[in-house]
Amino acid sequence: MAVTTLGRSGHRLRLMNRLKPGDWLFTALVSAAAMVVLVVIGGLFYELTSGAWPSIREFGPSFAWDTTWSPSQGVFGAGSFIVGTAITSVFALVFATAIAVFVALFLVEIAPRAVARPVSYLVELLAAIPSVVYGLWGVFVLGAFIRDQLGPAITRAFGWAPFLDGTPLPTGLLNACLILTVMILPTVMAVSRDVIAAVPRSQREGVLALGATRWEMIRLAVLPYARSGIMGAAILGLARAVGETLAVTLVIGNRVGIPDSIFDPAYTMASVIANQFTEVESDLHRAALIEVALVLLVMTVLINVVARLLVWRVTKGQRAVVLE
Amino acid sequence: MTGSLFERSETLYRRRRAANRLMTGVMVLAVVVALVPLFFILFYLVTKGIGGLTLDLLTQDPNRPGRPGGGVRNAIAGSAIMVGLATAIGTPIAIGCGVFLAEYGQNRLGTVIRFLVDVMAGIPSITVGLFVYGLVVLPQKGFTAFAGALALAIILIPIVARITEEMVLLVPRSLREAAYALGAPRWRTVLRVVLPTATPGIVTGVILALSRIAGEAAPLLFTSLGNQFFSTDVFQAMDALPLRIFVYAVGPYDYWHEQAWAMSLLLVGAILVVSLIVRALFGTRVTVRQ
Amino acid sequence: MRNTGILPTEQDAARERHPAAAGQAPEPDSQAQRAALRVENLSAWYGRKLAVADVSLDIAANSVTALIGPSGCGKSTLIRTFNRMHEFAPHARVEGRVLLEGVNVYDPGIDPARVRQRIGMVFQKPNPFPTLSIAENVAAGLRFLGVRSRAEIGDRVETALKLAALWDEVRNDLKKPGIALSGGQQQRLCIARAIAVEPEIILMDEPCSALDPVATLKIEDLMRGLAERYTIVIVTHNMQQAARVSDATAFMLMGEDGAGHLIEYRPTQELFTRPQDRRTEDYITGRFG
Ligand SMILES: Nc1ncnc2c1ncn2[C@@H]1O[C@H](COP(=O)(O)OP(=O)(O)OP(=O)(O)O)[C@@H](O)[C@H]1O
Ligand SMILES: [Mg+2]
Repeated sequence: MAVTTLGRSGHRLRLMNRLKPGDWLFTALVSAAAMVVLVVIGGLFYELTSGAWPSIREFGPSFAWDTTWSPSQGVFGAGSFIVGTAITSVFALVFATAIAVFVALFLVEIAPRAVARPVSYLVELLAAIPSVVYGLWGVFVLGAFIRDQLGPAITRAFGWAPFLDGTPLPTGLLNACLILTVMILPTVMAVSRDVIAAVPRSQREGVLALGATRWEMIRLAVLPYARSGIMGAAILGLARAVGETLAVTLVIGNRVGIPDSIFDPAYTMASVIANQFTEVESDLHRAALIEVALVLLVMTVLINVVARLLVWRVTKGQRAVVLE
Repeated sequence: MTGSLFERSETLYRRRRAANRLMTGVMVLAVVVALVPLFFILFYLVTKGIGGLTLDLLTQDPNRPGRPGGGVRNAIAGSAIMVGLATAIGTPIAIGCGVFLAEYGQNRLGTVIRFLVDVMAGIPSITVGLFVYGLVVLPQKGFTAFAGALALAIILIPIVARITEEMVLLVPRSLREAAYALGAPRWRTVLRVVLPTATPGIVTGVILALSRIAGEAAPLLFTSLGNQFFSTDVFQAMDALPLRIFVYAVGPYDYWHEQAWAMSLLLVGAILVVSLIVRALFGTRVTVRQ
Repeated sequence: MRNTGILPTEQDAARERHPAAAGQAPEPDSQAQRAALRVENLSAWYGRKLAVADVSLDIAANSVTALIGPSGCGKSTLIRTFNRMHEFAPHARVEGRVLLEGVNVYDPGIDPARVRQRIGMVFQKPNPFPTLSIAENVAAGLRFLGVRSRAEIGDRVETALKLAALWDEVRNDLKKPGIALSGGQQQRLCIARAIAVEPEIILMDEPCSALDPVATLKIEDLMRGLAERYTIVIVTHNMQQAARVSDATAFMLMGEDGAGHLIEYRPTQELFTRPQDRRTEDYITGRFG
């Protein structure tokens, strides 16, 4: 090495002088920026864990299923909020996915480009509307519709069934379920569309060449191939529904307890935090709310990880940027 | 074999054709179902919001609760200040992070960071608000616009970072190699050649992220809190449009509701106009790296 | 009428078939052989781009017809118009007629799915369905034809695999995924899949280009055998292959207008030994370009 550098040492020195400071600084700066992401995520978990510590120590794991939430008695369990979140987000997941997949199929397999583009854009517009505006609309428009039309229709038709009876209140579980469905629809649709578009042409042609109709082609070539990606899209939507705050806070009615009916007011994890955090009655109350946030954080991160893995596996190199 | 398969399949074929038509119909129906809420939301935004959209709304501060009139100048200014500040804080970090992913991210560390950025994009904004509450508001013993901007910046970073990465990767290799061939060091190549080429895409990403955080209220609830007075002090509590919509939506007064609709119309209108302009200027979607 | 705007069946066609039908389209053989497919003044576009210009030819039944020509001259496009696969490309358009036993497959009211059942296709790259087993791959098209009984499906799968000369290699692995096979085996699986639905015509677009010489020879043998029962149209880059397997050969070339034209279409033997057109001669003697 010494030999090779000897003759050209002057040249090499110059080169190093020129490269070193600038490139070093540049690399250091962008690396630092990337590390911010690590720090933020780490900090989030640390901050919430330490903030929730008094509650974690006090209630232990039963916090996750205990349904008592009484600031006056100083007893806290997140059970009913977890139930509320589960009901609303699973409802949204099921209905939004069902609609979104058919829309995505329409856009990729049926619609000519001149139709697909604007329709795609319009559906994605739903994602541009702020959460609080959905909430406002849910309270004043959807709420009245549920109270006057949808609710009575449901009780008339299915009133005999558990969970579908009761008095249709304008704000309650059903309103939150419907709002969430609309809110996550664009996410599920956009990701499904990309996943479906990534199904190789050769697969479609292989089925068509056997005399399949378009729908048979979809069932035989497109859906099996895109299935895990569509699941990823759905779960990505689930993560959004679970974390959605303001719209839900406005329309869900805000009541502690396990709901008996789809019309009952309830709480989700996010909405109880939004509703109570600025008016906590004790330090333990605050810690309990932070613990709810911690549970929420862990859940959404897990859901997201699963979803991203599924979507990545299908679309691999040709992934479009998912704008959320 | 009796008769050709083709003949045997005649009746079945009619059923298959019918199924095909039916499912095509279901797809079209799904599109209608998906677009109906959009239509109704926009319809009510306009019909309920247009009446309250007055000059007063833009130029007056809120009256004492219960006294009709007044406006939401404080909220508009607050939104502008906090969104601006969040962009100033978040964009450099996000672009740096995106450049890191594109330039140095083709290894395991890059994969991890990329994954974390995606995870970060999925974190509920309310928990981000709580995080900044613990990080800034508690130690400072007060709600501040700065804290709000910080929370918004955290939401903006993953969006802009990923778009930056995609855009930098789209820059043709030949361009980069030409710069290297001239003896330009890496940092200069990136700053002078790669980033300028990627700028339109990155700008698109920043604008889209802006319109996203402009509508966020959850991260502000526990950071900037809201303020019914006009304030430009970033170390004081500050109002924002989404916060004020939230407050007025649950409030008891009719004129609040009207103003909430008007603010919503304003906000959604601004977001849509911006997104349309972005689309017109920079193409439909920020997409695809093969 | 039994026929509801779909394609006629063989009996109908046999009744309709009369000597005068062998019109002006160029024919590969002087002795009139039944034309399985008649192409009349066919032009195909991708958007504004004309890819195939005004091609007319008759494809003789129970024979192998080869399409040769330099890359980009429109061979794939032409063959894909035969079973209406062309329209699957964005902005694709076709003019002219493709007559399958007297009926234009482009007539309104004709369902392309029904056309493709009778005109099967094998692609350049083997494309077995990745989520299905070998047997399920072969049986995939049968479900469109209402074959329900397990025994019949089993029989038909076996017959198709035997015809595709794959049976002996996979008889014990029918449950294995189709993509677990070698490239050559996958291509034969795709041929079996196409055969299973009993098409009359099988279109093959460079079926051997992704395969090694041994696998290629196997498929060539297979084609000769299949020609006894089916009409085969094959696109190939390989002139030796065309000479080895085909009865008639069509030579295409991109014209000045950038579109593919049919230059010469004659029995293979003649085309390769006594080409009538200078351009054909240049091409087959390698003096092209
Ligand atoms: N999907 C498409 N969109 C637009 N143009 C196309 C498309 N497919 C093919 N073409 C054009 O049509 C012409 C004919 O293409 P085609 O694939 O039929 O040629 P080919 O003879 O099969 O070539 P090769 O031997 O390379 O397969 C070419 O000029 C090609 O550029
Ligand atoms: Mg080709």
